[in-house]
Amino acid sequence: MKPLRLVPENTAIDFVRLRFFGFIVSGLLILGTAIGLMSPGLNLGIDFKGGILIEARAPEPIDVGGLRTQLNGLGLGEVQLQQFGEPNDILIRVQRQEGDEAAQNAAVALVRETLGTTYEYRRVELVGPRVGGELMQQGIIATLLAVAAIAAYVAFRFEWQFGVSALIATFHDVFVTVGLFIVLQLEFDLTAVAALLTLAGYSINDTVVVFDRMREQMRKYKSADMKTIINLSVNQTLGRTILTSGTTLLAILPLLLYGGSALHNFTIALFWGILVGTFSSVYVAAALLLYMPPIRRGGEEKAERQPGDAPSTSP
Amino acid sequence: MVYFAKWKVILVVALCLLSLVYAAPNLMNRAEVEQWGQDLPSWLPTRTVNLGLDLQGGSHLLLEVETDVVIQERMNALVDSARTELREARIGYTDLGAERAGIAFTVRDQADVERAVSLARGLETDLQVETSGNRVVATLTEAAEAARRSAAVEQSIEIVRRRIDETGTREPSIQRQGAERILLQLPGVDDPERVKRLLGQTAKMTFRFVDDTTTVAEAQAGRIPPGSELLPSRDGGFEVVRKRVMVSGDTLVDSQPSFQDGRPVVSFRFDSLGARRFGEATRDNVGKRFAIVLDNEVISAPVINEPILGGSGIIQGGFTTQSANDLALLLRAGALPAPLTVLEERTVGPGLGADSIAAGQIAALVGLALVIVFMTISYGLFGLFANVALVFNITFIFAALSILQATLTLPGIAGIVLTIGMAVDANVLIFERIREELKIGRTPIAAIDAGYNRALTTIIDSNLTTLIAALLLFMFGSGPIKGFAVTLSIGIVASMFTAIMVTRLMVVVWLRRTRPKTVPI
Repeated sequence: MKPLRLVPENTAIDFVRLRFFGFIVSGLLILGTAIGLMSPGLNLGIDFKGGILIEARAPEPIDVGGLRTQLNGLGLGEVQLQQFGEPNDILIRVQRQEGDEAAQNAAVALVRETLGTTYEYRRVELVGPRVGGELMQQGIIATLLAVAAIAAYVAFRFEWQFGVSALIATFHDVFVTVGLFIVLQLEFDLTAVAALLTLAGYSINDTVVVFDRMREQMRKYKSADMKTIINLSVNQTLGRTILTSGTTLLAILPLLLYGGSALHNFTIALFWGILVGTFSSVYVAAALLLYMPPIRRGGEEKAERQPGDAPSTSP
Repeated sequence: MVYFAKWKVILVVALCLLSLVYAAPNLMNRAEVEQWGQDLPSWLPTRTVNLGLDLQGGSHLLLEVETDVVIQERMNALVDSARTELREARIGYTDLGAERAGIAFTVRDQADVERAVSLARGLETDLQVETSGNRVVATLTEAAEAARRSAAVEQSIEIVRRRIDETGTREPSIQRQGAERILLQLPGVDDPERVKRLLGQTAKMTFRFVDDTTTVAEAQAGRIPPGSELLPSRDGGFEVVRKRVMVSGDTLVDSQPSFQDGRPVVSFRFDSLGARRFGEATRDNVGKRFAIVLDNEVISAPVINEPILGGSGIIQGGFTTQSANDLALLLRAGALPAPLTVLEERTVGPGLGADSIAAGQIAALVGLALVIVFMTISYGLFGLFANVALVFNITFIFAALSILQATLTLPGIAGIVLTIGMAVDANVLIFERIREELKIGRTPIAAIDAGYNRALTTIIDSNLTTLIAALLLFMFGSGPIKGFAVTLSIGIVASMFTAIMVTRLMVVVWLRRTRPKTVPI
C-alpha cells in the first residue's frame, strides 16, 4: 500500500509575505482578549473565587424550576442550576457565602438537607475564601514561570532572538486561549490552568521544530536572507506540523465527546490551543525573527550555497 | 545504523517485556489481583495503579488549625496566674489583660516595678519582659510562640488520626501541609458531612459544679458571680456553672455508647487520678448538681444522689443512637488543642468515579484507534512500526505508574490521552526527515540513517521543553493536576524511548531481512 500524502510535497507557500495576514489575526485575537478581560471578564470557578459546587443525581428526572425556587429561597445568595447529560443529573453552584469558612460549610449542609436523602451526591466541592486567593496566585505564578522557563531553555539552546520570539509566541497562545474562556464564558478553574500550561508545552514543541530547521538552514546557506530561510524551513516542516497537530487533535477528540463534565473545559481549551499554537509557530514565532537584530550565523565553515542549488550528497 | 549492538537489542526487548509484565495487573479485576497477590510467587508484580480520589471516590479535606486560639488560651491562663501572684506579692496593679502572644499590666507604685518584672519573668519560661514607665509587658519569644503553634498542629494531627481511625475509614492519608494545615484524604468515604462534624468539635469536656448561689434569671440580667459563667444548655436553656474544673475530660480512659431504659446514653470511665478526684468531689457534695460541659455547652446537669466512687458513669443528654456514638468516639479520641476549620472540600461519589474511569477508557481507546488509522494511512509500513511503539508507550506508562505507585487521576487520564497524540510526533519527525532525504536521492539505508540522526536533536529539544512545563505543573499543581503532570512526564520520557529505540529496532530488522531498494514511506 502506498502511503497517502496528506500534505503535498514540495510546498512553496510564501509565509513571509502572508505574515501581515497572521499579524492582523493575532492582533485582533489579543485585542479581543484584552477587552474581554475588562468586560465581561473571566468566569472564575470556585477554585479561585471560593464557593460551592454540587453534582447530584436524582432517582427520577429533576424538576429544575421547582428545585431552583426552593434553593434560591434558602437565603444563600445566588444559586445556579445547570442540567447536563441525563435529566436526572444536576450541577448546583452556590456563590461564596459572606463570612468565614464555617458559613461555607453550613451552606453545603443546608443544600444537602434541602435536597434530601434520595439524591446521590456524585461530587461536592467547597473552596473557602482563604484558599481561593492562594490557588489563584499559585496558578498565575506557575503559568508565568512555565512560559519564562521554556523561553530560557530555547534561548540557551538557540540564540537569544529565538528565545524572545518563543516567549512572545507562547504567551500569545496562552493569552488567546484565556480569550476563548471569556468568549464562551467557560468556567476558569485549576483544570483550566493545567490546560494552559499543557498548551504552553505543546505550542513551544511546535515552535522548536521550526526553529531547529531554521538553525540548520542558516548553517547550510550562510548568505541566504532571513525571509528565504523562514519560508524554506516552514515549508519543509509543514508536513510534520500538520500531521502531529492532526494526531493530537484526533486523540483528544473522543475526550471532548466522552470525557464528562469534569474534563470538558480542559479539552476545549486544548483543542483550541493546539490550533492557535500551530498557527502561531508559523506566523508569530518565525515571523517575529524578521524584526529582531540579525542572528549570528554559527556553525562549521562550508562552501557558499544557495537554496536553489543541487543537493549535496555529503551527509 | 543497520548495525544495532546486540546488547542494545536485548535491552530494548527486555524493557518492553518487563513493561508488559508490570502493566499486566492493571488489565485484570482488582479483587482478582489481590487474590493472586497471595497465590503467586512474590517476585511477580501484582501492584496496580493507585487510583486518585476522583476516580475511586472519596473525600479530600484541607483543614487549618486555629493556633491563635491556643496562644490566646495560654495567655488567658497566664493572666489568671499573674493576677493571683501579684495579689500574693501585694503589688498594686491596673489594666491587666492578654495581648497578642503576651500579657500586660500597669503597676500602681513605681517602686514595685522591679519586683513586678521579676515576678512576670517567673510566670513561665520563654517570656520576654519589657517595661515602659509603669507598664509591664511580658511576651512569648518568637521561637516559643512558633513551637507552641507547631506542637498544637502536631497534636491535632494525632487527634484527627484517632478520630478518623475510629470511623473505620480504610487507608486514610493525613499529612501536615505548610505550617498550620492538615491535608486529609479519605478514600471511599460516603458521608463527608459526618467526618466534618466529627472534626468540627474540639471536644473539650469538663465536669464542673453548678453555681447554686444564684439563679439563671439573675445571671441573664447580668449579675454573674465572679468565678462562674452562664453557659447554654443542650436542652435549649441555660445553666450558671463554676469556672473551676472539678474533673477534666482528659482523665477519661474509655467511653462507649450504650442504652439505659431504652434510650441511648454514653458511658465513660476515668483513670485512677480522675476516679479519685471525682469520688472525693461527689462524696462531699451529695444533693448538689454538677454539669457535664462539652465545648462550652452543658450536655446535662444531674443531681449527685450518692458518691460516685467506681470511677465510671453515664451521660444522659437526649442523644440519638448516632450522636451517642459520635460523642463516645470523640471522648475516646481526645480533645483537639485548637478548633479546626475546613478550608477546602472535594468529595467524589463512587458512582462518578466509576463513570469517569469508563469515560476515560473509551476516550483513550477511541483516540488510540484514530491515531493508529491515521498513522497507517500516512506512513504505511513505517506507520505500523510507529503504532507498535505507541502501544508499548502506553504499557510503559502503566508499568511506571504501577512501579512508582503514583496516583492516577482523571486529569491523569487526560494526560495519557494527550500523550497518545503527541507520542507519535517523534516518529513523524523521523519519517518526514527520511522522506526528505529520499527526495534528494539518498539510498534507503543512508536516508533512514540520516533521518534518525538529524531528527534526534529536534526530538530532544521539543520534548524537553514540554517536560519543563510538566515539571512546573507538578511543582505548583495540587491533587488531580499533579496526577496529570505525572502521566504527561512519564509519557514524554516513554515516547522518546519507544520512538527512538523501539521503532528503530523494528526498522533495522526490516532492513536486514528485506534489503529493500525503495522505502515505502
